[in-house]
Amino acid sequence: MSLRNIGIVYRKELREALRDRRTVVASVVVPLFLFPLLSVGFMSLVQNIANKAEESSPKVMLVGGEDSPGLLAALKATPKVEIVPATPDWKNRVMEKEVPVAVEIPPGFDKNLADQKKLEVVVYNYSGELKSEIAAGKINDSLKAYRDTVVKNRVVAQKLSPEVLDPFDITKKNIAPPEKSGAALFFGGFIAYIVVFLCFNGGMHPAIDLTAGEKERGTMETILSSPISRAHLVVGKFLLVLTTALATAALSVISMGISFTIANAFQAQAAQAGKETMQMHIGIGAALSVFIMAIPLAVLFASVQLTIASFAKTYKEAQTYLVPLIFIVIIPAIAAMLPGVDLNAKLSLVPILNVSLLCKELVIGTYHWNFIAIIFISTCAYAAVALSLAVKMFQRESVLFRS
Amino acid sequence: MIEARGLSKRFQDKKRGEVRAVDDVTFTARPGQIYGLLGANGAGKTTTLRMLATILEPTDGTAIVDGHDVVESPEKVRASVGFLSGGTALYPRLTAQEMVEYFGRLNGLDETTLKQRVDTIFSRLDMNEFRDRRCDKLSTGMKQKTSIARTLVHDPPVMIFDEPTSGLDVMTARTIIAFIKECRDRGKTVIFSTHIMTEVEKLCDVVGIIQSGKLLTEGTLPQLREKHGEQDLEEIFVKAVAPLYVEPEAR
Repeated sequence: MSLRNIGIVYRKELREALRDRRTVVASVVVPLFLFPLLSVGFMSLVQNIANKAEESSPKVMLVGGEDSPGLLAALKATPKVEIVPATPDWKNRVMEKEVPVAVEIPPGFDKNLADQKKLEVVVYNYSGELKSEIAAGKINDSLKAYRDTVVKNRVVAQKLSPEVLDPFDITKKNIAPPEKSGAALFFGGFIAYIVVFLCFNGGMHPAIDLTAGEKERGTMETILSSPISRAHLVVGKFLLVLTTALATAALSVISMGISFTIANAFQAQAAQAGKETMQMHIGIGAALSVFIMAIPLAVLFASVQLTIASFAKTYKEAQTYLVPLIFIVIIPAIAAMLPGVDLNAKLSLVPILNVSLLCKELVIGTYHWNFIAIIFISTCAYAAVALSLAVKMFQRESVLFRS
Repeated sequence: MIEARGLSKRFQDKKRGEVRAVDDVTFTARPGQIYGLLGANGAGKTTTLRMLATILEPTDGTAIVDGHDVVESPEKVRASVGFLSGGTALYPRLTAQEMVEYFGRLNGLDETTLKQRVDTIFSRLDMNEFRDRRCDKLSTGMKQKTSIARTLVHDPPVMIFDEPTSGLDVMTARTIIAFIKECRDRGKTVIFSTHIMTEVEKLCDVVGIIQSGKLLTEGTLPQLREKHGEQDLEEIFVKAVAPLYVEPEAR
């Protein structure tokens, strides 16, 4: 193996890649800007929409209840809703999303309530519609509070203590460290998913450009007429694809770290305002571990991409082979995010899923050294097989000169 | 020197079954001579030249190029050969100089020798004006000069040209023709494939006519005229290939 020749090919490919807008966009721009947009941008957008909906006063139509001033007063006291008079087409107006919620009060509600008859108040809403859900929630709270008051009054009237309704308290206490909670595990799985996706995506364009692209441009015959051996040529090209895949992964982890720091600052503000939040954090050690485990995976991806792309005659043909492969690659990464899917000896042999599950553990600071060893060795073995396949493909005339 | 000995190439085609692209071809091209391989499209010229340049491996037979066997020492053969075809393109994102340097390094030149060679070739081919321009920004003529510089950078003793003027305008084609002549004058072994009769008449010392993968006849132009009883090369060609000629299939 001549390192000199491999180095010559690698340096030339790197120089060309750095001058290629598509490679720079896929390997540098996307990972650097995707996370800030996804995390900070998307989260603040969602928060903004939710806050606005929360702060607004949605319209609530009360249907009936003219003979029940007690219930009407309770409903009218609901904070941040605007009570509007009922119209004959009230159901349609809810369906048309003109009015978020309508409350149907049966006739003689107050009187029947006093007679302790079983009654039903129906809250009509448009499920899945944010404003409608919020308004229905507020109305629900008011109705429940009113019902609790009625029950309490009845208990007192029976000369019983209101505490009979609440004989004991139930307290749920989470003793898992916050960094190892279910939310943190999900977050770890999400990081693994993003790293897997970007590792594959980052190497895809160079892998196509360096194989099918060369055939299409006519430079394949040029390079094959030089004295370099085909094995050296493939290894040089493979190293470039690996570099872009790893650069994409590294930049995405760095960008994630920065984005989450900013996102956490947003969350801290929300937490001060008394809202429930999920802190996202990735330490330097965890980030480094994720990156190290991404290396054999990137080797595997780069080799598979080179093998498949070298079979294609044109850039477009290679794309039609590789783009659907993204879905096959991300399915195990998505599976790793599911609750209950945990690392075990069998799963540590399944490519992609094993690294994704491990990354999930690494992010929360758990190091199963036996699994790490199995995963590293098995992924390296898969990668070696894929790389030797790529070299073989480059030695097949029927592939290089496919017409 | 190039000695092709029973050079053959078979491949499997889904529609046609086994195809003999080159069938037992034997010839010798000597230093200081231009050997012209004349044939119609699909006759087997490109496959023959690709085997000589070790881009393809022969199914049977072999060839000795500058003392190296194409089957046993393909890398040594490639180091002795400069290969130029209509299909050998340039890397679009490299400059003309980077392109030539890349091939110089792949041919094992050290940095000092490489710099000297590049400077000499760029001056000789009048390329200094565009040496730092990217290949995708070059005109056809500039690209062709860069391709020539690429094949010359390691000063190979054997030059293989596969239809090098195909698709080029007259002025650019003339540059190539002049360059091929210069290679012969410098004592290199030159093999040149074409289907253009005038190029053969202008350039070739020895001509081989190939059809359906078989070398049908060869000799100097006077020898061929005498052998086939015709003065016009086109008539000689038609007479030679007619028994084997089949319309090339659409690809």
